[in-house]
Amino acid sequence: MSSAAGEAAVLVRAGVYHDSVALMRVSRALSDLPGMDVALVAMATELNLAMARDLGFTPPPAGPADLLVALRGRDVAAAERELDRLLAALSSAPGSSSYGMAGAEGPAPRTTRSAAARAGEDAGVALVSVPGEHVLPEAVDAIEAGLDVMIFSDGVPVRQEVLLKRLAAERGVLVMGPDCGTAVIAGVGLGFANVLRPGPVGVVAASGTGAQQVTSLLDLAGAGVSHVLGVGGRDLSREVGGLSAVRALRLLDEDPATELIVLVSKPPDPEAARAVQEVVESLRTPVVPALTGRDDLTEAAERALRTLGAPVPVWPSWPAPARRSPKPGAVKGLYAGGTLCAEAAAIVAARPGAEPGAFVAAGPGAEPGARHGSGSGEFVDFGDDAYTRGRPHPMIDPALRLDALARVGPDEVALLDVVLGHGADPDPAASLAPAVARCPAAAVVVALVGTEGDPQGLHRQAAAFREAGASVFVSNAQAARYARDLR
Amino acid sequence: MTLLSGPPRVVTAGVDLLREALDAQAVPTTPVDWRPPLPGTAGALARVLADPRRRAANARAVDRLTSSRPLLVSVRRASELLDLPQPMFLHAGPPLDWERASGPMRGALIGAMLLEGYALDEEDARARLESGAVRLEPCHHHRTVGPMAGVVSPSMWMFEVRDDVHGGVAYCSLNEGLGRVLRYGAFGPEVLDRLGWMDHVLGPVLSAAVELAGPIDLRALAAQALQMGDELHNRNRAATSLLLRELAPYVVNAAPGHAAEVLRFVGGNDHFFLNPVMAAAKVSADAARDVPGSSLVVAMARNGTDFGVQVSGLGDRWFTGPAGVPDGLYLGAYGPADANPDIGDSTITETAGLGGFAMAAAPAIVRFVGGDVADAVAATRSMYEITLAEHPAYQIPALGFRGTPVGIDLTLVARTGLLPVVNTGIAGRVAGTGQVGAGLVSPPVEAFTSALRALAESALDPFDQ
Repeated sequence: MSSAAGEAAVLVRAGVYHDSVALMRVSRALSDLPGMDVALVAMATELNLAMARDLGFTPPPAGPADLLVALRGRDVAAAERELDRLLAALSSAPGSSSYGMAGAEGPAPRTTRSAAARAGEDAGVALVSVPGEHVLPEAVDAIEAGLDVMIFSDGVPVRQEVLLKRLAAERGVLVMGPDCGTAVIAGVGLGFANVLRPGPVGVVAASGTGAQQVTSLLDLAGAGVSHVLGVGGRDLSREVGGLSAVRALRLLDEDPATELIVLVSKPPDPEAARAVQEVVESLRTPVVPALTGRDDLTEAAERALRTLGAPVPVWPSWPAPARRSPKPGAVKGLYAGGTLCAEAAAIVAARPGAEPGAFVAAGPGAEPGARHGSGSGEFVDFGDDAYTRGRPHPMIDPALRLDALARVGPDEVALLDVVLGHGADPDPAASLAPAVARCPAAAVVVALVGTEGDPQGLHRQAAAFREAGASVFVSNAQAARYARDLR
Repeated sequence: MTLLSGPPRVVTAGVDLLREALDAQAVPTTPVDWRPPLPGTAGALARVLADPRRRAANARAVDRLTSSRPLLVSVRRASELLDLPQPMFLHAGPPLDWERASGPMRGALIGAMLLEGYALDEEDARARLESGAVRLEPCHHHRTVGPMAGVVSPSMWMFEVRDDVHGGVAYCSLNEGLGRVLRYGAFGPEVLDRLGWMDHVLGPVLSAAVELAGPIDLRALAAQALQMGDELHNRNRAATSLLLRELAPYVVNAAPGHAAEVLRFVGGNDHFFLNPVMAAAKVSADAARDVPGSSLVVAMARNGTDFGVQVSGLGDRWFTGPAGVPDGLYLGAYGPADANPDIGDSTITETAGLGGFAMAAAPAIVRFVGGDVADAVAATRSMYEITLAEHPAYQIPALGFRGTPVGIDLTLVARTGLLPVVNTGIAGRVAGTGQVGAGLVSPPVEAFTSALRALAESALDPFDQ
């Protein structure tokens, strides 16, 4: 048990379940105890067991329904006591199974079906964020209860997505998501969502961060947003065929508050595009397409403003000089948002003189920091399934990006997005700004996506990153161009 | 209410942080206490839930279960009601042979051999049973249920229960009382004497009385008894009294000379109503059988060795796991070491929304479930998580007359990991001992997961259309 580093303990608690974000908070609280070197508290998934082994522990046999605890430090027993206290606190939070005879409600509902029945007429929407392989039962429950459903999770098999969207069409409800973590309905944010002033623009988005960029810019320009319906990153693929986009477009067309619709998507499958185009042509409300890859999101927001007859502002930016001259075009993109990552990669790749096709939009399956392109730049999407399986999204947990920032080369420019709003890290600058200050890169450029109304405060966050020496842009496209062209 | 008028309340399942974000926006939430499904069931769950027949099939199956109206129509001999080619006995639970039979099951079979005159003595009975001279089949294969060992032999008198709505029929033997009785595996002289008296006196008198009384609505009696503190599995005191009140005048009319002893016997046996209510539950559950694509459990039964379930969408197939040893209170000097693994068809009451599922109705016997009234209420409430409906007739006063949870759905068991709450008597493990206690038992999880996998194999693919 004892080692030079102190005591160590690894144990498994069978059948104790908490979500990964809650456990991350417990791990962090334990790591902060004096004399604690390592504290890993996580469900015993393959990934987490491997992580424990990498940290030098020998975990006993356990499965994903068991809680894995690995501790190393000066006083492991004290850490275990603290662990018990923290877990007990989690269990008495709302949504836990604690209950009393006095409560008319009884034990907390265990399925979406039972929760929907409990909520009764009041419930309108279900927000599902369980691991992707377990989404189907909860989403089916919601649809069968007549609820619209927002699937925050990624990793849902595409066949299941198609099935759910067909069921939803039969039942007359909307499936938002999966793999598109944003929706704002009448001002209420579900999942990752910015605080937007109310207004005439409705958004249908097959891209979460793409929608966040467009709506944040509209908000900054003073044009408000009626609703944002994130329909899922694959909705306009051949398999899904725009099932939810079509329904969302019709909903917004019927909505008296919506005067203009912006459709944000990656370039769609031609057949899905045709289906959507047919619907678009039948609507009374004008639709501005924002297809990433064809034009950038900032241009799309500007087009929407012009269609509304609203002035296009100069987008706020706070450029800072490079610490030293970078190798031209040597940009290392460390992104949390997939669409933002693809957009920036495309812009950097379009550098005059760069070899065509020098960049591949960040792909999965590689180690953090692995190269995802050739030539002088590389982009990593830390929000990709390959990085989020069994781990919170980088918009919540900065750990992987902190690590990557420390490893940017001295002749490179680090380019990263920071996305604000509900659901995201309550203060991303608190962990990222010090890492930016320590980053060995020649320059750090931040694309800051958010609004002044967001809980984190756009300007407060911008100030923190500027103070750390970064250039800050509210337009991701402008940030990418600036990073690309730095001399 | 349309989506865009804004969600007044959001049901959340998953990451608590997202629920907190809604809290921060002052949007009320109803959080799901979500946990991963039983290990290894995610794939089967997805296939079963995607079966395009499932929703309508389950609605139909549970509607048939809860709309059935069981009536006690007659008391007749098994040989008259059942196709029992001699020599054959019925037994509780899934299929079983002598070799795998537990002590109390063997004891009851020996007792039946002696009762029917198929053997001279215990030793002779054992030898004949061991040689396979008597065919053994589950009660459930003959529209019959039997408590504990559930042994039915041709001469036994049976309750005949008809479903007035769906037209089914089910049978159950007459209850012998508590203590040293055949169904708990006892076969001593006092057991056989009592069975002899039931054969000569109780059976014929009840038969005549029921004929005079006309059909007796068992569903109405059970519904009243629930409001009088019975849960209709481990407590049948109120229901027995209600039945006695219905029958007493006809017993007197039918057999004035035997009326006193018959009424004294029935009145002295708090479990007398268990057998008719089991037949009532059986006829209701059978009405829900054979709906293709349905994940509704239509039988749970134990033979003292295995615990088995049957599912509406899977015909007569049994899915089994080892029967557990109940946790409960013991009579006299008996203790857990004397207990046989779980036995009996009486889990048909839980299958039909009674027994452990109605525990909140029976505060008087909460000590059997090892706790206080709050535990009983919690047991019933937790069963709403795994059932498809609330019973329209069986209501629980303490829960504001909410219907009992009824219609166990395999998919909900797998998703929640909540197993059916089963109340039960405890038989002694040694043949001939009889009852040693009563308590609560957990079914084996593999019975449910293997049934789920089989249902997944038979599921229709929603893309094959």
